[in-house]
Amino acid sequence: MAHIALKNEELPGIVGLLNYRHETAKPLLDLAETLLRGPSSLTSGEREIIAASVSWWNQCHFCHTSHAAAAAAHLDSGLNLINDIKAGLPNTEVSDKLRALLNIAHQVQRAGKNVTDADVAAAREQGATDSEIHDTVLIAAAFCMFNRYVDGLGTWSPQPNEAYKEMGERMAFVGYGKS
Amino acid sequence: MPHINLSNDFPGIRSLFVYRPETAAPLNALVQAMLHNPHPSLSAGERELIATYTSNLNTCFYCTNIHGAIAKHQLGNDAEIVKQVLANPDTAPVSNKLKALLKIAAKVQSGGKNVTDADVEFARSEGATDLDIHDTVLIAAAFCMYNRYVDGLATWQPNNGELYDKMGEQRAREGYLTPPKKVSEMELTGI
Repeated sequence: MAHIALKNEELPGIVGLLNYRHETAKPLLDLAETLLRGPSSLTSGEREIIAASVSWWNQCHFCHTSHAAAAAAHLDSGLNLINDIKAGLPNTEVSDKLRALLNIAHQVQRAGKNVTDADVAAAREQGATDSEIHDTVLIAAAFCMFNRYVDGLGTWSPQPNEAYKEMGERMAFVGYGKS
Repeated sequence: MPHINLSNDFPGIRSLFVYRPETAAPLNALVQAMLHNPHPSLSAGERELIATYTSNLNTCFYCTNIHGAIAKHQLGNDAEIVKQVLANPDTAPVSNKLKALLKIAAKVQSGGKNVTDADVEFARSEGATDLDIHDTVLIAAAFCMYNRYVDGLATWQPNNGELYDKMGEQRAREGYLTPPKKVSEMELTGI
């Protein structure tokens, strides 16, 4: 049971919260849509992997699993990607640039000031641009918000990975705040 | 020096808003909805105190100072309330409801799951509504984003109280959706 009375208790995770307060739902959805599906030199699959990894480090089951499922949909990889993200992607082919950006995202997850010049230089060495570094920091920061919002209000979430398959496909191909 | 190439005309998150207008729009719309728009049971000053308090827990100098200045102007130019909330909310001259909500904000800052049923029950016993609890959690969560965004890219955060006070006065009056002034055009006496 969530900490507050939602208008529809059946809606899991952030979905119930967005339905509870429309005034804040719109900018939250616009932010997710721009960050994860808007124009960028990072693919949506790569950006969803960043979002899902940060959510895993924050131990937010709903955000982690749903965004990992969205990444799986973008990459057409199957839901095994969800567990591989938990393990740090040992079995997924990702670029060295993305691994360097994931390191920056992990620093942001711990605290903003943890990002060092060396972290940024390592990402640049692998070809990361200013806008990719910017977007990585903002995606990681934004999921430190979404994760706290979802867990801080005690929302419920389905357990098994399979329960997120359709949701991930909708997030990937329809988008955020679109029906 | 910032980690990426940012404008020198604006400090903190303002330099990031100029850098990437596409994400600035929802980030500003969110802060406007959470902190400035009318609210049935939390004043703008109280909501700014939650933002300032969370930013201070995250040790974000820019966000603590700008939202502290906005809070001051929303609270009838009372800098002392802001100072006392940052030093110790339990003894600060704010309502018992706000003290209980600040405890929830601190839990959210340290991790979403740290908010307990008892924290929520206590806030309710001090008169907090569901909407107050929802908005407190979202404000604290959102400042865990804004603070990381500002510090994670190592933005310019000048140490100048007059600058934050002038910017804070403008935001308290106009909200978050109007254009900022360049620092060089702010006629500061001490910079």
